[in-house]
Amino acid sequence: MNEFFLEAQDIVKCYANHKALDGVSIKVPQGKVFGLLGPNGAGKTTLIRIINRITAPDSGKVYFNGHLSQPDDIYNIGYLPEERGLYKKMKVGEQAIYLAQLKGLDKREATKRLKEWFDKFEITQWWDKKLEELSKGMQQKVQFVITVLHKPQLLIFDEPFSGFDPVNAELLKREILELKNQGHTIIFSTHNMSSVEEICDNIALINHSHVVLQGEVNEVRSQFKTNTYRLGLHMGDELSANSMFEILSSEEKGGEHIYTIKKSSDISNSQLLSSIAAVNEVTSFSECLPSMNEIFIRTVENSKL
Amino acid sequence: MNKTFIIIQREFMNRVSKKSFIILTVLMPFIFAALIFVPLMLSMVKSDEQKNIAVIDHTGKYFPMMANDESYLFFPEEEMKDEFRTDTTVYSAVIEITDDLIENPDAAAIYSRKEIPQGLSRIVNNAINEQIRHDKLISYNIPQLQRIMNDFDQTYSIRTIKWSDDGSESESNAGVAVAAGMILTFLIYMFVMSYGGMVMQSVMEEKTNRIVELMISSVRPFQLMIGKIIGIGLVGILQLAIWGVMLAVILTVAGLMFGVSAMSNPDIMMSATSAPMPEPTEANAILASINNLNLPALGGLFVLNFIGGYLVYASIFAAIGASINEAEDSQQFMTPIVFLLIFALYAAIYSAENADGPLAVWCSMIPFTSSIVSMVRVSLDAPLWQTTVSLVILYASAFTLIWLAGKIYRVGILMYGKKPSLKEMIKWISYK
Repeated sequence: MNEFFLEAQDIVKCYANHKALDGVSIKVPQGKVFGLLGPNGAGKTTLIRIINRITAPDSGKVYFNGHLSQPDDIYNIGYLPEERGLYKKMKVGEQAIYLAQLKGLDKREATKRLKEWFDKFEITQWWDKKLEELSKGMQQKVQFVITVLHKPQLLIFDEPFSGFDPVNAELLKREILELKNQGHTIIFSTHNMSSVEEICDNIALINHSHVVLQGEVNEVRSQFKTNTYRLGLHMGDELSANSMFEILSSEEKGGEHIYTIKKSSDISNSQLLSSIAAVNEVTSFSECLPSMNEIFIRTVENSKL
Repeated sequence: MNKTFIIIQREFMNRVSKKSFIILTVLMPFIFAALIFVPLMLSMVKSDEQKNIAVIDHTGKYFPMMANDESYLFFPEEEMKDEFRTDTTVYSAVIEITDDLIENPDAAAIYSRKEIPQGLSRIVNNAINEQIRHDKLISYNIPQLQRIMNDFDQTYSIRTIKWSDDGSESESNAGVAVAAGMILTFLIYMFVMSYGGMVMQSVMEEKTNRIVELMISSVRPFQLMIGKIIGIGLVGILQLAIWGVMLAVILTVAGLMFGVSAMSNPDIMMSATSAPMPEPTEANAILASINNLNLPALGGLFVLNFIGGYLVYASIFAAIGASINEAEDSQQFMTPIVFLLIFALYAAIYSAENADGPLAVWCSMIPFTSSIVSMVRVSLDAPLWQTTVSLVILYASAFTLIWLAGKIYRVGILMYGKKPSLKEMIKWISYK
């Protein structure tokens, strides 16, 4: 078992008028959800296509499960492209079985697994309907099922939540985490940063054909920490500033007096807390880590310079 | 290879199980047969509805020339009556000739309340012309004129006998060979056009549907393309086979029903309706020459040319379908292809006139026209070496084109946005 299920090393891919990827390296840990982030046109889709062996890189290597990526590896990948599409005129069940067969499943096994998934998603009655008769959300579900049906070791979801209503998005999120628990490695490409915090273990941020940020989500967030804390005091207590911190804001809410404070960098958390607790009744204390959204925007803006 | 088979299977089954395919396949031979038999039946029906034509011939010498036929009955009348102008009259037209037409050419006219049929004018003109010619000849006072004229009226048809390699002689009829060749040529043209178009349609559908990205994450683009080309080609072959069988059955049954003896073979039917109804001896001659056509060889070459021609054009159509984004853009690329096909069809028609002429020989070598032109030449016994070379070139080009199309296809199906120029498409071939 390798620590990293997928490694891309120094990938370069040029198109006629621009460089889509310029020396991009990522490491996707085994059995984790890996967020591939970046603004539109950064090169995410190109990278995904290279991993899928849809296009070949101009230079660089992709290692799949420890070996250099080879044609048969695509049977171990499930890919949900950003631009969804299935055969509109083909019946749903027939179509799913066809696509599963192309991924190497035999017909009987595909039918059996498909029935289970359709039951789970409560779409069994759509089996014999043509795809074009289904609502968009329904089509998305079908496409998701098709992606995971052959139980690939690596799953790639490109913007999986687009087009889902909140209820179904939640369902999908649960399924993705469930797949992770079953040991699948998942690459997850999105713009939706709140879902990144909930789902992803690691991320790589690509901008202008380069990886500008990579690592474990919590590590990345703490890299960007600003020494800001959220402090709750018993109602009625007043916090007075000292040399250890400054008060950024305060409000009274839900029986608490909440302060946002920024501590000086040379002070440890316990020093800070004990100095405050000496005079006040502390009800809560937590560090404010920047959201992925902020990190995303800041990094992208910075790398523009 | 297994994947390609799955794709072939889907492309094939998906089309064959469509209602429109089944209906068209079943109905087409009937439509085809109807095209042959309806004119035949109509010509029989027509004889019940002969029209009466009044002829007021003051000279008295033109009327005898107007022979009754299945459409018109001519009746003499003494003079123009007012009732001819009303719709109670039994006559549908009135011909009035007031004077000798050699001296006074304006002295004849046809009157009718309706538009005068072309056929009637022609019959009357011919009759009058014949009489005028006759009158003029008489005015030269040639002795024994009547005997000379009778002698002139002989028609003659020369026997055509073909020497085969073993020195034996057989009755041949180029008309039958040409008819058979033209039918096969036209079939190839039709199928290449419609099934090639189907390949393009299908490639384009996958591209605009965006399913293609999902597909090529499972199979190689080339497998997808070749699977599609083969799958659709098999549909064409199946349809052709069904039509062949049905047509033979229908024509036999219909032939028996109409009591036309020589209708067991569709080819005969063609030549029988396209030419005027043959005399019994001529029909026998046609039968004889059909037996002399080398049907197994002709059939085999038809299948080879059919497949080769389809592969050449289907690969071009696949490359086009992969390169464009919208159906509207296809026009620009389609037009030259369609021109090429139509040129091939015309070349085939002219090759029938001169099967060994430079046009025929060259067009049967160029892969874009050869599959269509060859059939006419083959049916007219082109030299074996030419047929062989033509087929070798055809298949070599077909496989080269499939390979090139695969290269263009692979890049094109993932290119969205701007419509590519031909130059860009050629550049795609060299992409890694």
